[in-house]
Amino acid sequence: MIKVDNIRKRFGDEEILKGISTTFDKGKTNLIIGQSGSGKTVLLKCLIGLFQPEEGQIYFEGKMLQEMSDEEHRILREDIGMLFQGGALFDSMTIEENVMFPLRMFTKQKRSEMLERVNEVLKRVNLENVNKKYPAEISGGMQKRVSIARAIVNKPKYLFCDEPNSGLDPKTAIVIDNLIQEITHEYDITTIVVTHDMNSVMEIGEKIVFLKNGVLVWQGTNEEIFKTDNEDVTNFVYSSDLFKKIRDIQIKEQ
Amino acid sequence: MKYIKDTGSYFLMLKRVFSSFTKGSVLRELILKEIDDLIIGSMPIVAFISFFVGGVVAIQTALNIDNPLIPEYLVGFATRQSIILEFAPTFISIIMAGKVGSFITSSIGSMRVTEQIDALEVMGINSLNYLVFPKIIALLLYPFVIAVAMFLGIFGGWVAGVYGGFSTSDAFIQGLQEDFIPFHIIYAFIKTFVFSFILATVPSWQGYFMKGGALEVGKASTNSFVWTSVLIILANYIITQLLLS
Repeated sequence: MIKVDNIRKRFGDEEILKGISTTFDKGKTNLIIGQSGSGKTVLLKCLIGLFQPEEGQIYFEGKMLQEMSDEEHRILREDIGMLFQGGALFDSMTIEENVMFPLRMFTKQKRSEMLERVNEVLKRVNLENVNKKYPAEISGGMQKRVSIARAIVNKPKYLFCDEPNSGLDPKTAIVIDNLIQEITHEYDITTIVVTHDMNSVMEIGEKIVFLKNGVLVWQGTNEEIFKTDNEDVTNFVYSSDLFKKIRDIQIKEQ
Repeated sequence: MKYIKDTGSYFLMLKRVFSSFTKGSVLRELILKEIDDLIIGSMPIVAFISFFVGGVVAIQTALNIDNPLIPEYLVGFATRQSIILEFAPTFISIIMAGKVGSFITSSIGSMRVTEQIDALEVMGINSLNYLVFPKIIALLLYPFVIAVAMFLGIFGGWVAGVYGGFSTSDAFIQGLQEDFIPFHIIYAFIKTFVFSFILATVPSWQGYFMKGGALEVGKASTNSFVWTSVLIILANYIITQLLLS
């Protein structure tokens, strides 16, 4: 479980996160949603340590991030898997080398053992026979799956995903969403997904945190989000014509 | 103010480069790859330029000697002095600032733009040590490149001088041996070591701390060449003042 307590982050004079407090549960896909510029990615980057918040605390399993020693930080980082928006695969390495990278860096396994694990996770993300290809030689959806494979290869406790569906067609996006949720349950890890994709909210939002202008304005589940009276959330959820039509049909039926 | 901030950022980067070391076996592979990219990959262009510039230096010297009282061996002497003292260490380093420096900046800059550096950091890897340290170590072999440049420059001078009819082989070789001061070689290699550190770190700094997208990678590469060249010229002046004056 990850707990954040009154996190504040500013860039220059602009305060991006204005005192956010919440918890992200273990074994669940936790979604951070909101409009562009609401502070979702900044919150995620604070959680993974790429940004340092000016105020507030972050707790990983009850241990305060800011009070951890360098060694504890290093160990924590090994427990973190991250899926970046663009995949962030190392383009000078093959798919196999990319996925093997965390194992080479943090384990003392033999090459054959590492290869076995790499093939296992690539199979888990439904990718086979791509080991020797380079990232530029595969599609965007496949790159995302390789990135997931790299994130989970070292059996992390925490999986962070920054807009995993951006740039993907709806069908592939659902495949990626389902994969993230399946892995979360299978490995019993704490997963945090930053997204503004309502399909993801419907599909995998076991806990949803809604941000607006750096403030947490609502949190709940994917079932509750369609019933809430919170105006900011309903404006966001029903901003697409498709969801508006669904809502109108539901109202007519009632 | 910006320059002071950038200078501070450069030295803070150096501090991080030499801390939290990457796993030895991985580092070894990275160093070998960098030697291949930065040293071996630069040899053809360095050899080509050195040979022909050496030839031009010999021809220019010969053509400018009109006075019959000036000994013929001066062609070899001038070629040796020009190549060893300035052409090989400094001129080749400026060329390397364009070739190697731009390569380093654009490769690290692209990694920054595509979040590959963030990926390293999230994994708990000191990205500066992982990316920059192997380049510094690989460029410790840079004096080897300069030694080859010296040899080929002088050889090019000999070929142009002798086969162009500007000097006899004996006179040229006599010129090479005349008033030879071994400390000049030491001076040249001291300069080379300083330049190699500049070549590895300044372009890395430009790439690592760049902000923006693909266009900015191009701009960073240009800035990298400019600043690396400026620092090489400045270092050249300071070292020459300290060691030869």
